[in-house]
Amino acid sequence: MIPYSSFSFFMILGILLIPVVVLGYKEKRSIVYNSFVHVVILLLAFASDIHQLVSFIVYIFWQVILVHWYAFYRKEKNEAGVFYAVVFLALVPLLVTKLLPVWSMGNIVGFLGISYLTFKTVQMIIDMRDGALKTVTVKEQLMFLLFSPTISSGPIDRFKRFQKDMETIPTREEYRLLLYKGINKIFLGFLYKFIIAYVINDRVIETPFIQAHTPLSTFIYMYAYSLYLFFDFAGYSAFAIGASYIMGVKTPENFHLPFLSKNMKDFWNRWHMSLSFWFRDYVYMRFVFWMMKKKWIQNRYTVSYIGYFLLFFLMGVWHGLELHYVAYGLYHAALMISYDYFERKNKQWKIWKKNKGTEVLSVIITFHVICFGFLIFSGRLF
Amino acid sequence: MEIKNTVLELLEEICQTDVVKENLNIELFDEGLLDSFGVVSLLMGIEEKLGIRVGISEVDREQWSTPNKIIAALENWA
Repeated sequence: MIPYSSFSFFMILGILLIPVVVLGYKEKRSIVYNSFVHVVILLLAFASDIHQLVSFIVYIFWQVILVHWYAFYRKEKNEAGVFYAVVFLALVPLLVTKLLPVWSMGNIVGFLGISYLTFKTVQMIIDMRDGALKTVTVKEQLMFLLFSPTISSGPIDRFKRFQKDMETIPTREEYRLLLYKGINKIFLGFLYKFIIAYVINDRVIETPFIQAHTPLSTFIYMYAYSLYLFFDFAGYSAFAIGASYIMGVKTPENFHLPFLSKNMKDFWNRWHMSLSFWFRDYVYMRFVFWMMKKKWIQNRYTVSYIGYFLLFFLMGVWHGLELHYVAYGLYHAALMISYDYFERKNKQWKIWKKNKGTEVLSVIITFHVICFGFLIFSGRLF
Repeated sequence: MEIKNTVLELLEEICQTDVVKENLNIELFDEGLLDSFGVVSLLMGIEEKLGIRVGISEVDREQWSTPNKIIAALENWA
């Protein structure tokens, strides 16, 4: 059973959460009961396929061993080579999962949500390298990794932020507000995913007219698919965030009106935010810092552009190794670099002045550019 | 005092405006004065000039959103 995809899932989730709500109102939290909820949801997600369940359990063991070994090692030493090796080992299960289909072998190691779990582990290892995270217990790591509301597709939380929510129990008034917001989000999710996204898919995308590959149908498909993608994924995210809130965890948002972005930088601060922020903090910034320190390239902007290229290339490949995902990544890398260059030069040229008119025009242009990106992403072109 | 002056000079150079010296409560990220690249340059400068090593994952954008907050964060740096 895929989380948040059927009526029966919501029924089970609703019943499971009743004791959580009752305890929440009493300003209490039962770790034992919450763990039971997580186990039930994880079993629902994986138990129908024994391969997935086994892979999932082996994967969790693997990541716990890696993180704990590295935490132990990091107390005494801090070699770069060891750090890279541990990050690589944490990525191995994901790499194998992505590569097996390319070698046309059955996907026996993958399971739903593996890429999202990998983000969580890798950030813990990087934080340890930085010294920002010193000690972690097996229990804390398991609670973070196995937090079931976000297990299948995020949003990707940060360990230290999550930990703070785990350590504080909301007051009755705070919990009442969390519960209210949580239920609100879940209903927003119903509207987005099961009404709007469903209608767009059923009445537009799946019609014979759009399915016939004419230039006009592809043009309409581009916009329909973009809207579908947003409402489907924002709907899912609202379920995941809403369920988290009810369990007292303020999982970060994933979307903030992305189709009203003023430019490409703005867009990546509004679209799939937990993913783009992860790449920003753990790939781009780290790469730029490292390059500037080594001073291999003098021009700071060149360093920044190589960083953008790396970020978006990896983000594209992360979706899958198919050509259209790679092209999607490169498209956004090119856009980001061009926009950054333009933004900088515009400070001297002043051709794009800031007023109400240009602002509206910027939003319109950005919208179409984004939609073309999703057309590439959809795989319809190639 | 040294921290304050160094941070303000770094910010002036990175943000390319002296507004950051005049208004110490200006929202650097919201105003578009500081972005990821700027943060990296700032951390680099702090390490070089003040000898304080701040890891990238230790920068919480909410706690580093204004010149005053950055100065306060660094003054309390263990």
